Amino acid sequence: MNLEITTEEIDQKVFVNIKGEVDLYSSPEVRKKIFDLVKKKAPVILINLEKVKYMDSSGVATLIEGLQQCNKYNGRFALYGLQDNVREVFELTRLDKIFEIYSDRESALKN
Amino acid sequence: MTKPIELYLTSDPSLLRMMRTVLSQICESIGFSCNETNKIVLAVDEACTNIIRHAYKNKYDQPIIITCNFFPDKLEIVIVDYGEPADAKKIKPRKLDEFRPGGLGVYLMTSVMDEVKFYNGTEEGNRLIMIKNLPKEEKIRESGNHY
Repeated sequence: MNLEITTEEIDQKVFVNIKGEVDLYSSPEVRKKIFDLVKKKAPVILINLEKVKYMDSSGVATLIEGLQQCNKYNGRFALYGLQDNVREVFELTRLDKIFEIYSDRESALKN
Repeated sequence: MTKPIELYLTSDPSLLRMMRTVLSQICESIGFSCNETNKIVLAVDEACTNIIRHAYKNKYDQPIIITCNFFPDKLEIVIVDYGEPADAKKIKPRKLDEFRPGGLGVYLMTSVMDEVKFYNGTEEGNRLIMIKNLPKEEKIRESGNHY
């Protein structure tokens, strides 16, 4: 299965729904989508990783770039729905302390 | 002992997913848990990513050879490429307090594997050897492994 990315905007919050595996091959597609949003200075970007089965450091680097760009204009950039193996990559790299990470969409919206 | 398995692939990022699928099956078939299998697959994926980006400078038609050597108590994975050798002494995991994209691959490899050794610029190309020990209660399963 190739990567699928969709976005939905609700009340100035943009949800980026990613489905598939994020690696060296597919991360440029994720990067493009996120950068399109930060260029427009989207105030809230919520990355839905519920259907991401795998992510390597290329994918993580893409999200770090997104967070950094979003911070520049005081936007909010958060992740939710990480599967165990994806969460482990964030924990191993201690990026779980840097990113806002939530279990699900509702929790991400509340905070 | 199970005979070695060799995977030949070109340095095409679109092949990484297939490599991960095959390697997952190999790891699970010899007794690694799902969690440990994911870690091994991550380490090999990171190694291949580094080879494609740094040794082969994003040329997508170069060879990468992954060999799985099976021992009763461990899995040894040897990854060979013929790209530009990096100075093995300078390959170090980066400090995690630097919040920046990039440079996490080596950190992840060394975090999840029990041993990681680089032998770059040898006559046989660049060789990366990674070892993952099997859980003590497990031994390499020999029966039924015909690849």
